[in-house]
Amino acid sequence: MPSPVVTIRGVSKSYGAVMALRHVDLDIYAGEVFALLGPNGAGKTTLVEILEGYRGRSSGEVDVLGADPGRGDARWRSRLGIVLQNTTVFDFLSVEETVVHFAGFYPSPLDSGHVIDLVGLGDKRKARCSTLSGGQKRRVDLALGLVGNPDLVFLDEPTTGLDPEGRRQLWDVIRSFTALGKTVILTTHYLDEAEALANRVGIIIGGEIVDIGPPDEIGGESRFIATVSFRPDGALTERAIPPLDGELTRSGPHVSLRTATPTAAVATLIAWAADAGVAEIPALSVSHPSLEDTYLMMVAARGGTESTETGAAA
Amino acid sequence: MTSSSISMPSLTRLAWSRTIVDLKQFFRIPEQVFFTFLLPVLFLVLFSAVFSGDVDGPPGRSVKFVQYFLPGIIALGVASSTFANLAMSISTEQHEGLLKRLAGTPLPKSAFFAGRLTSSVIITVIQTAVLLAIGVLLFGIDLPDGPGRWLFFIYLLGISAALGSALGIAATRMVPNARAAGPIIQAPFLVLQFISGIFFQWNQLPSWLQWIATAFPLRWMAQGFRYAFLPDWFGETEYGSSWGWEIPTVALAAWMVISVVLALVFFRWTREGDRR
Ligand SMILES: Nc1ncnc2c1ncn2[C@@H]1O[C@H](COP(=O)(O)OP(=O)(O)OP(=O)(O)O)[C@@H](O)[C@H]1O
Ligand SMILES: [Mg+2]
Repeated sequence: MPSPVVTIRGVSKSYGAVMALRHVDLDIYAGEVFALLGPNGAGKTTLVEILEGYRGRSSGEVDVLGADPGRGDARWRSRLGIVLQNTTVFDFLSVEETVVHFAGFYPSPLDSGHVIDLVGLGDKRKARCSTLSGGQKRRVDLALGLVGNPDLVFLDEPTTGLDPEGRRQLWDVIRSFTALGKTVILTTHYLDEAEALANRVGIIIGGEIVDIGPPDEIGGESRFIATVSFRPDGALTERAIPPLDGELTRSGPHVSLRTATPTAAVATLIAWAADAGVAEIPALSVSHPSLEDTYLMMVAARGGTESTETGAAA
Repeated sequence: MTSSSISMPSLTRLAWSRTIVDLKQFFRIPEQVFFTFLLPVLFLVLFSAVFSGDVDGPPGRSVKFVQYFLPGIIALGVASSTFANLAMSISTEQHEGLLKRLAGTPLPKSAFFAGRLTSSVIITVIQTAVLLAIGVLLFGIDLPDGPGRWLFFIYLLGISAALGSALGIAATRMVPNARAAGPIIQAPFLVLQFISGIFFQWNQLPSWLQWIATAFPLRWMAQGFRYAFLPDWFGETEYGSSWGWEIPTVALAAWMVISVVLALVFFRWTREGDRR
């Protein structure tokens, strides 16, 4: 594994009685896309803004690119790219004026025109930011986060308000950034986005990181349980279903099996159907729980979404 | 990857780039141009057209109304272009999250403030030049008499712009949200204009109002500019023993120090909720 770019140890944050983060431990490595998933109010923005140096922490240690974010100097800042959750544009400047202005803050920025094209605003270059649509303003935000040619990019719900094409464009931009060894920390409510982009995902619920891992491994054991389902029609109707490993349920004409050994189950079913002279089992499918299924189960299991009051938790 | 040998942009370049952006933003907002920049010009033209008489000095002597009125309007213009301009535009940027954005970049805070100060000084200088040009060309006023008065005039312009800017930065703390900026800044500023001897002759104000106004810098700015533009014999009737360059100089220097301290104490880069 490459060395960590971000190290978080035992970080907690409270806003008065609200515990927004509880003892978070996390390492993020160079070149990876790390996605933070969690319900509204889970503490994603709080965590990200602590890393960006905007917010202090109640306890714990944080190291971002070799510095404590609360004390980072201008050179340290020049290595960060920040896209905040809330879109803000300079209404009275044009897209180009804004991006060129921000590029000037950095020691080795990307070409402003190129970045404007990257975020899909090429034909709005001269437009006043106040005249842009919501999604176009978001694209300006993205351009400002990227133009400094950062080594570490923070994107807090970057694709909110973007059209599908814009989301795909941003995904490509993010991939091209990580291909250069840059690191991206992203929060999102789109699970497909996390699945498509992230090397690792962290699930944060009520201020606690409850699971970390590659998108297809989140949820651990539960992810290996597959569902085999089919519809025993025609010649299969009268036949007893053969003994199968797992938990069988019927709903209407459909039969589904939750099993850790779907391949064996399908082999048994094929032999069983062939025996009845059926070559194609109607509506046969094998599915694994998606990241979304797993995520929703985790949230439901934690019984709630909001970060809890300190009193209740103590 | 960025190598640490590449040098950071210089402070001068950053401050200048901020200055340009501040000026663009100022001149592209029509309300702002009207209220802070054109209104004093309009006051000068209207009042001077309506009141064509004289203002009395010592018994038997008087000056033309416009000669008396213009210096006060210059003081008002400086305060508008620095104090009101910065208090309103910075608090709006603060509440719209634009300052938070800038704080997330390597831009040094000193470059931000240098840009703000430079742009408001430039606006002040342009405005003062416009007021003087109108005064001379339209109303035939007399310019400051001799190098001593000119030097004092330039000192007043510089220190007033600087302390006005610092006070504007401090006053952003009084603004609770973006929409409140106009009323919260303009209302007390307007009251101060009326009691500082700009629209009404100073010695015609009741003494308790004079006392209140004396505690604020606008009175000293107006009186100072009046000294720069009026003959020596004029002001003793109006201002008594404080007439002259000495007392306004000291009062404004003291206010300069106070303003900077207030700005340092009260200014917040982000909204309260975001505080660490
Ligand atoms: N400035 C603040 N002052 C007080 N409480 C705050 C503040 N910021 C956040 N909180 C609280 O901390 C908790 C976490 O908020 P945070 O913004 O980090 O959530 P989030 O995961 O980013 O949510 P979302 O998905 O809605 O953006 C919430 O309960 C929120 O009300
Ligand atoms: Mg958030």
